[in-house]
Amino acid sequence: MMELLLQPWPWYVAGPLIGLMVPALLLLDNRTFGISSSYQHICAAIVPGRSSYFAYDWKKTGKWNLGLALGTLLGGVVAGTLLADPEPIAISAATQADLATLGLTDLSGFVPREVFNWVALASGPGLILMIGGGFLVGFGARYAGGCTSGHAIFGLADAQLPSLIAVIGFFVGGLISTWVLLPLIF
Amino acid sequence: MTSHELAEVNPPPLQGQAAETAEEVGELSWWAHVLVGTLFGIVATKSEIISWFRIQEMFRFQSFHMYGVIGAAVAVGALSLFLIRRTRLRTVRGQDVSIPPKDLGTGARVAVGGGMFGLGWGLTGACPGPIYALLGNGVFIMIVVLASAVAGAWVYGHLRERLPH
Repeated sequence: MMELLLQPWPWYVAGPLIGLMVPALLLLDNRTFGISSSYQHICAAIVPGRSSYFAYDWKKTGKWNLGLALGTLLGGVVAGTLLADPEPIAISAATQADLATLGLTDLSGFVPREVFNWVALASGPGLILMIGGGFLVGFGARYAGGCTSGHAIFGLADAQLPSLIAVIGFFVGGLISTWVLLPLIF
Repeated sequence: MTSHELAEVNPPPLQGQAAETAEEVGELSWWAHVLVGTLFGIVATKSEIISWFRIQEMFRFQSFHMYGVIGAAVAVGALSLFLIRRTRLRTVRGQDVSIPPKDLGTGARVAVGGGMFGLGWGLTGACPGPIYALLGNGVFIMIVVLASAVAGAWVYGHLRERLPH
């Protein structure tokens, strides 16, 4: 049993478990699955500035969501320590070959160490991927009114048209980054 | 502000409960949300959807894994919503379950915002949940990505009046 838990979890186990987040949050306290609103709550709590978007009682509205975000981090701690898999992630050979042409050959971690490190913050690729990419994730998710969890999972599960458009947008953006931007950056 | 957002800001008050009890319930409820998040973080890590490389596989159509995870999650989420509506299930606090609609607006916010999010997803290889889970996994450099994402949300909050929604 323990051995099974340590191995990578297949999609038909992980997918349904993630899908259960939707009823769990609804039945717990009428909340809809979504992580990116935590960014709005962090702003409201720390640096609301002059925007009405951040002028609300974050403790009342956002505490549950910040709890969910904190839990996600703690889940990473649990999985990364108690359930850590000693084997490297088995990335498909085709992807490995594609990334090698970009000069990315260290596939040992969750992120490409060649770019995702403190020194690389002073380099073009590091700046674009970490700072630029992060900025787009936060700006885009709040503009769209949700991210992968809120739109792609909750919204699609509820057959909502805005979410379908958003998810198509996610995908078009991701394809442009992968096929156009990454070759330009590296 | 849409009615959905207003509803979120002002959740319906608990009925017939003293303020003290409500506070205790609130505290318990907060920890329950932390626990749900913890399970999400564990599943996200163990299914490797927090891996930059797995996101690349997806956008290069070189593995079924990510499609399987998201597809199965949507299917189970949809079935759950169907059953909740069908059985008129109530929340653990006895309230009716309300499933708010997402705001479409003119479509511009989801199309443009979604596209921007996708660009960022392809670059960072992480969406908001995985960014937190990666931090928990000791990939501390993701604090830079998280800070940038919060900055992005902040700038959006200050520009939103001028953006098409």
